[in-house]
Formats: sequence, structure tokens, C-alpha cells
Amino acid sequence: MSDDHTSEPSPSGDTGSLLQKPVDRRGALGMMLAGAVAGSQALGACSPLSGETPEEREVKVLAWREYIKGNYRFMTEEERAETIARLERLAKLRGGVDVAIQGTEAQPGVVFGYAFNISKCKGFRRCVEACINENNLDRRAATQYIRIFEMQDGEVNLDEADATFQHEVPAEGHFYLGTQCFQCADPPCVRVCPVGATWQEPDGITVIDYDWCIGCRYCMAACPYWARRFNWSEPEVPARDLNPNQHYLGNRARKTGVVEKCTFCIHRTRQGRLPACAEACPTGARVFGNLLDPDSEIRWVLANKRVFRLKEDLKTEPRFWYFTD
Amino acid sequence: MHLGPFLRTALDSATSGGRRYHLWMGGLTVLIVAGAYAYSLQLRFGLGVTGMSDHVSWGLYISNFTFLVGMAAAAMMLVLPAYILEDVDFGRAVLMAEAVAVAALIMSLLFVVVDLGNPFGSWHLIPGLGYLNWPRSLLSWDVIVLNGYLALNLAIPLYILYSRFAGRPPAKTKYLPWMYISVMWAVSIHLVTAFLLAGLPARPFWNTALLGPRFLASAFTAGPAFVILLLYFIRQTTRYPIADGAFAKLALITTVAAQINLVMLISELFYKFYWPTEHSINAVYLFAGLGDHRALVPWIWVAVALNVGATGALMIHPVRRNPNWLMPACALLFVGIWIEKGIGLVIPGFIPSPLGEIVEYTPTWAELAVTAGVWATGLFVLTVLVKVALPIELGEVRSPYLETPHGPRIVRPRATRRRYEDVRPVRTR
Repeated sequence: MSDDHTSEPSPSGDTGSLLQKPVDRRGALGMMLAGAVAGSQALGACSPLSGETPEEREVKVLAWREYIKGNYRFMTEEERAETIARLERLAKLRGGVDVAIQGTEAQPGVVFGYAFNISKCKGFRRCVEACINENNLDRRAATQYIRIFEMQDGEVNLDEADATFQHEVPAEGHFYLGTQCFQCADPPCVRVCPVGATWQEPDGITVIDYDWCIGCRYCMAACPYWARRFNWSEPEVPARDLNPNQHYLGNRARKTGVVEKCTFCIHRTRQGRLPACAEACPTGARVFGNLLDPDSEIRWVLANKRVFRLKEDLKTEPRFWYFTD
Repeated sequence: MHLGPFLRTALDSATSGGRRYHLWMGGLTVLIVAGAYAYSLQLRFGLGVTGMSDHVSWGLYISNFTFLVGMAAAAMMLVLPAYILEDVDFGRAVLMAEAVAVAALIMSLLFVVVDLGNPFGSWHLIPGLGYLNWPRSLLSWDVIVLNGYLALNLAIPLYILYSRFAGRPPAKTKYLPWMYISVMWAVSIHLVTAFLLAGLPARPFWNTALLGPRFLASAFTAGPAFVILLLYFIRQTTRYPIADGAFAKLALITTVAAQINLVMLISELFYKFYWPTEHSINAVYLFAGLGDHRALVPWIWVAVALNVGATGALMIHPVRRNPNWLMPACALLFVGIWIEKGIGLVIPGFIPSPLGEIVEYTPTWAELAVTAGVWATGLFVLTVLVKVALPIELGEVRSPYLETPHGPRIVRPRATRRRYEDVRPVRTR
């Protein structure tokens, strides 16, 4: 249920009239429960026997409010600011780290697209490394959004390709093809999510509200490009390696049991920067830009190069093209 | 009202029994506790305690889920003739079949819940409180139809049993409309579950129009096969009369469904192997293996052998009519379908991955323990339901607030075929 339905008054009316504002069911529930927690907090403060520090209590209250919050997609601006503030505070209290989580929205007149030059890529996998660092990917499980496939010259066949090569690159007689989330214009992952925890933003980036995901992994089964990753265990990022520049829909801390994916570095690209992979590529194989801007490099590539996409027959319309020199 | 005595009698029936009954229930309880412990580990450490991975992101849990939804749907095969066509042979068997449906549904729902990475977020599914992505997500359809079917299959038998307990014949006008709905609903739960997989072009192994019909055929094989085993056990161990006709008809249903299932399997194999395309690769992995990767090959060939062997045996009339042959054939068929439709259907959908990478899957001990725990829970529920329903159906227990020509309370030493017209309710209060 979306929170822009708040005009619906609560059935009994008393909760709403008390606070002089209409409240939906979840909102009312949230208020009651938060009230209960705050009450117990007040009680706890009076009792020196509880053995709880004020910080521990604050974590409890914040975690509870996080638990009962709604889907980010349907939150008002105010609610979004509140959850971001709570998450920043929790990161400080729990992990002792200062993070800045932005909620930067899609810029008008922007739809992102990506092109990958398979003549230039040499398989150095600097992009993979940059992605891990930039997006706070789980170091313990060695999660990677990008896969670089080493292929035999003469055929584009993923079945015969190797994404786990461990030798000097570029290897003789081979070329390299990178995959990641292709930000499909008609994403199957979004269609199948039973709780609407993943959706496509106006700038074409498919995002996930990690706190709304229930971890059913239907989206992982639905993705034809194997772009989604699951947190099978508690994700680990050493504090010194943590990228504090975060986005709610991007590289903020994930938790056990939820799905995550590439967001074209939403925290960078919405501020006019390149995704980390494109910036890190030493060969210039990666072209990123605004598809709606006729003067962008990506538009030049699409207009002047022979381009193709993977599995076009599935009609998911990826916004990720391959081309050669 | 008779509700108090009804519940008390139910509790009495469920908790009293012979030594073997208590051993059985005790054994199930041990499995349930072990499963609960394994699940607590999974809650603490995440789904990483299972053998699943980003490549094979569904495993044993969802395999059992797809199989059990079919079992639940198959109860309809008994409901349909018994209540709608008024087939007397089935009359006695139908409550047992509905108990099977309830137990299978509870297991299905549990398997989905234990598969969730964030089970505490399940409230996000509740429309109004959360957000249910209906009608776009097939999983949201499944949430609706499974819970609806569970409600129907609990309400209808409960009403019938309660009426008998209270000494009045169940009113057809009250339950028959729901019965019709439940019959259609049974087809829908299994079709929706098949569509959940078939609707994914990313997974060519499932993305076939035949999946829905195949699911129905295999369900109507394994479901009645299990009901035959259950009814036979009940007939051997209790005084509950089940007509020979019921077995004959159920065995026929099982046989026909098993034949249709084999026809569909052959069609699928022809389509995948006569001209193998890129989309055949998962079937190649399943039936022949890819290089050194052949974890599922023995499983699927055992399943094929069981299905073909049991179906062949059931096609011989004297074999099908002899319980000494019918029961093993049903048991083998049940196991064969469980393999074919569970691990033989869900797991190869992920191997190789959509990008052609091959990562195999082996369940862990924790995963096996949780799976066993869920099955034990289902069998526990089934046992309790059958144990409660039998004495009421036999007329052995009845509400104490009933007046009969023979006295205030009926205590019938032996099962009889008497109807309940001689029992009239007393107005209490």
C-alpha cells in the first residue's frame, strides 16, 4: 500500500484525530508500537537495573522503527529523510562508522545507457575491483556484480566462455566480454517481485529497497543475465575499506538474506559522475552516458558503431550494448 | 453449543493411542525438534548454511514446495466424485484425502517460509499493511491461492465433522457451493505454481507451455497414490470401512494420470533432444551431465525407472487389483514423481546459469534437517487430523449434549452403517 493513500482515515478515527493528521493502518500500527517501545525506553531509563546503556536502547528503538517502516518507493520525502537519518545513526552506533547516505532522485531528462567495446577490453578486471570497493560488496563471500568472460576468437558463445580465468591477460586468441546488470527497459525481475521491493527508476536504473526485500529470490530466477546477488550470510566490509559515500538505493549496507545488484553506481551517476567501472577501465572499453542527450558519447556509439545486445530475443530491452572498433 | 466437547474430544483422540502410535508421534516430534534447531541456525547465520548459491538460488526447499502443491491439488480427485457426483465408494475416503490436502498445504507454505532470506519481512506481503504485487507477480498469485485453498480445505471438513459430532447431517446447501469452488481452486493452485516457473524466459528449462499440464498430470499421479497408501493403512489398522471400490477407482485414476504424465515426459524429451538447441542445455545436464558435472543424472534415471516401472505394472489389471502389488507400485510412483518434479525440475533450471556457467548443488545437513522437519510436521498434522476424524466418522464419539432413543449419549462399540437420524440435538441453553 502506498503512503500517498494517507487521506484514508483510520477506521476508529481516534488515532488520527488525536494527532490531527490522517493515518493509514501501517502508520497507526507504527505509532502505537513505537510508542510502546518509547514507553519501555522511558521505563528503562528510570530503572538502573536494566543494565542497558543509552546507546543500546537507542539502537533498539531505531532498529524497531526501521523494521516497521514502509517501502521506500512509496515513502514521502519526509519519511525518506527520516529513514536515512536512522540508518546513518545506526551505522555510527553499531559499526562506529560515519556514512553519508543520499537519496538523490533521478534527474529529469536522463536515461542511462552503457556500451562495452569488446575490441578494447583486455580482461584486466580493474572494473571488477573498482566495483567491489565502490559498492561495498561483501568481501567474505567475494561478491562481484561484473563478470568478464574470456571467449575464443571467432564466436560469441557464453556456454564456452570462462569467467574464472586466472592467468596472464590478454590471452592469445581470445577476447573479453563483460556483463553486469543491463538495466533492462522491461525488467523481468521487477515484474516477478511479490512485494514490489525492486522497481525501475525514471532514469532507467532498476533498484532494490534492501529493507523491503523478503529474500524469496524469485528475481534471481527471473533475470536472464544473472545480474542479481544474494546475501547468503552477513555481509562483511572492513571499516577501513568502507565507502562512506552511499545511496539508499545503492551501495549502503546490506543485510543477511536480501538481494542486491548493480545500480550503475547510482550514488555517483546521479551526481553527474561516471560509474566506478567506467572510470577504472584502463583501456577505454566502457562508454557510459545519457541516452536522451544527443551529444553524448553513448549516442555517438549507438549511431556510428555496429552494436548488439545479449539475448535480444527475450525482449527485455537491455540498456547495455556491445560494439567493436 | 458443542464446540467445547468437540475440541476436548479432538484433543483426546489425538493424544490417545497404542504404543506404536506414540512411538510414531514421538519419532516425528524428534524430527521436528531437530528441524527447528537447524532452522534456528539458518536464522542466525543466514541461508549460507544451505547448499544454495547465487548460481543455484533455489534448492531442496522450493523443490519440495512444487511437489507438495501438487499433492494438495490432488485431493480434489476424491472430492470431485464424492461430493459432486455423489459416488458412495469415495464418500468415506474423501475426508482423509482432504486431510492429506491440508497437511500438504501446510508443508508447502512452510517450505516457502524456510526458503525466505528475510522471513521477518513476510508482513510486507499483506495487502494494506505491506504491498502485494498482484496481479503482476505470479508469486503473489500463489500466496493468494494457497492460503485460500488452505482455508477451504480446513473449513469444509471441519464443518462436516462438526455437524456429525453435533448429531445433524451436514447441510448440502452450506458446503456444496464451497466444494465446487474448491475443485476449481485445486486446479488453480497447481497451474499457478507451474506458471510461476513457466513464466520465466530466462530459464528455458521451465519456459514451456507443457509445464502446467505436466504439473497437473504428475500431481494426479502422486496425490492419489499417496491417498491409496493412507487408506490402505487405515483399513488395515482401524475399523473404518473403506470400500474396495474406492481402491479400484483411485488406482485407475493413478494409472491414467501416470500414463498421461509419461506421454508428456516423452514429448518434453523429444522436443529437447531431437534437435538440441541452446535451450536444451539444462535437459542435457539433467539426463546426461555436462562433462564432469553429473550430480543429477543418477537421480533422474532412478525417477524415470520408477515411473516407467510402476506405471507399467499398474497397467496390468491383476497387478492393480492386488493390494500386495498395488501398494509397492504406489509407493514407487510417489518417490519417482517426488524426484522428477522436485529436484529433477527445480534444480536443473539453474544449471548451467543463464550466462552458461556450471555450478552444481548439494544440500547441506542443515538443509536436509529442515526439510525432514517440515515433512515431519506435515505427517504430524496429517496423523492428528486422521486420528480426530476417524472416531467421529465412525460415530464412536459424539457430542455429550445429544439425546438418543437409547439414552443421553451414544457410545457405539462397533462401527455400523447406521445413519444419524436417530440422534437429535438437545437444546442446551
